[in-house]
Amino acid sequence: MMLPLASYVATQLVHLSSIDIVIVIFYFALVLSIGWYLKGRANTGEGFFMAGREMTAWVAGLSFLSANLGALELMGWAGSAYQYGILATHWYWIGAIPAMLFLALVMMPFYYISKTHSVPGYLKLRFGEPSRALSAISFAFMTVLMSGVNMFAMAKVMQIVLGWDINFSIWVSSVTVAIYVTLGGLRSAIFNEVLQFFLIWAGALLIPILGLYEAGGWANLKLQIAARASAQYVHLWSGLGSFTANPMGIHWTGIVFGLGAIISMGYWTTDFLVVQRILAAKDIRSAEMAPIIGAGFKMMVPFIVILPGLLGLGVLPEKLVPESAAAVNGGHSFNDVLPLMMARYCGPGLLGLGVTALIAGFMSGMAGNVSAFTTVWTYDIYRPLINSKGSDHHYVNMGRWTTIIGVLVSVGTAYLVMQFASIMDYVQALFSFFIAPLFGTVVLGMLWKRASGPGGFWGLLSGTLCSIGMWAWVKVDPSALRYVALSPHAKGLAQDMYQALWSFLVCVILTVAVSLLTEPTPDEKLTGLVYGLTRVPSVGEVPVYQRPVFWAAVVTTVFLVLNIIFW
Amino acid sequence: MISIWFFIGVSLAVNGALILSAGIYQLIDPPADPDIVLFNLHANLWWGALLLILGLIYCVRFAPRRQS
Repeated sequence: MMLPLASYVATQLVHLSSIDIVIVIFYFALVLSIGWYLKGRANTGEGFFMAGREMTAWVAGLSFLSANLGALELMGWAGSAYQYGILATHWYWIGAIPAMLFLALVMMPFYYISKTHSVPGYLKLRFGEPSRALSAISFAFMTVLMSGVNMFAMAKVMQIVLGWDINFSIWVSSVTVAIYVTLGGLRSAIFNEVLQFFLIWAGALLIPILGLYEAGGWANLKLQIAARASAQYVHLWSGLGSFTANPMGIHWTGIVFGLGAIISMGYWTTDFLVVQRILAAKDIRSAEMAPIIGAGFKMMVPFIVILPGLLGLGVLPEKLVPESAAAVNGGHSFNDVLPLMMARYCGPGLLGLGVTALIAGFMSGMAGNVSAFTTVWTYDIYRPLINSKGSDHHYVNMGRWTTIIGVLVSVGTAYLVMQFASIMDYVQALFSFFIAPLFGTVVLGMLWKRASGPGGFWGLLSGTLCSIGMWAWVKVDPSALRYVALSPHAKGLAQDMYQALWSFLVCVILTVAVSLLTEPTPDEKLTGLVYGLTRVPSVGEVPVYQRPVFWAAVVTTVFLVLNIIFW
Repeated sequence: MISIWFFIGVSLAVNGALILSAGIYQLIDPPADPDIVLFNLHANLWWGALLLILGLIYCVRFAPRRQS
């Protein structure tokens, strides 16, 4: 049983110098200034909720990636790399790149042409109000929980690294996010996310560079990891032929079909948190290019997240332990590896920038959740179900108030999250509940015109219930894991992969079955929403090197080469 | 409207200047017992300079007057 975080007495890792504190304060001043500067451009619904739909491909693409580059990315996955080795990279490569390219080339045109404000909004157009209500309510629930997870992670790292009071960290970050999102809406969130993207790289890139220097290069690091853990910790695929031959206890089918084909597709193509950034693009070419630009940078993120975890395994003198053991016996947990590496290499100034990078990552994730929650609440819950006759000004005001309330609910959630054993498994469980079935519903809606309104609704509902049911089954009876994940050796993350796969299949089967038994939707109502009935606009007369397909091919090639190199 | 890239330039330049100044100070007056590994590489010196140069390039390239 995990002890609550409040009982965890952390040892302060570093002391900030005055110059470090100046860097942190400058960051807060800058993000608030950006929010203040943009407040005049958020007075209409399109301006506040959709950033005026005038973002370039680069801004939308970096924001798309940065909204995901939050607390879990920086700290959680570095910890997972320490715990599971390079296998954690799958969540960045096969668990992201194919899905981002699929979003860009296949799904984005339908989202963009339909001019929807949100993913639930697309479901309303395609399947009707019940599907939208179900999706919007589940998304809103998931989003505030995710936001709470971000706050929890941020407060924890600040406590461990700097000795800051956990309540102080939660309130300072949440009030800052509330101010700049309330003032500038989605545009403010996007601008700050792009800024945070640069800060994260500027603050985190030195750790792998200096770490590789200390370790004597990649070849030497592999030898050190093999000696201290196992040679399998540096292989992406070669240990996945069996559940017992790799540190994660997962089979390649779970990675390919559960993670690559379902969870990542669901997250990157239907999670409104990230899709909202692309919907703000100024034209169809920008909307298609943005996820491809995001994919290009996503492939590089393991360098600043996974590699520090592996370096920790190779060079740190102490052995890190699971969080539960750290709470009982003292010492540092897996999740502390990134701050430990930061403290190892960063002197005055650099430490401030590194801490700022962490804060920026946490706040970008939180702002992403809050702005997405605000849009879905206002457009997909409040307007259709509570007050459908308000003016545009009324809905903008509702958006501003929802931002503040959303932040307050997230703060409450952060305190709730402290009771859970593992940040990562908790969030993965959430993804499995809602994201995998939602992907089934949306992709069938876009690609199969026979999918009917009742089919979409019952498929989504049954898939979600199936996912929750499997999770509850394993909670009540842990031995049930052998049925859900196909092996008694499977561990938490493996369970999530298979849970997503089964819930997706249930959703698809139910959607197809109910659709075939109900009246088809007339073709004229599906124009602009479904493949085969929609004329996708051209990206224009541009040279080959400016076409999304060309860059998708480049990203695919690099993706394949990287997987072969680290096989 | 001020470009987002200008804000990024300001951020990189200010942070770079602060880190560089800390690096110069440590070069002139090094601590007797450095508490970080690889102190001899003076990472804050060259990393701060790199950020400062990059930030200034962005500031000049995307300056509000130039953009308008």
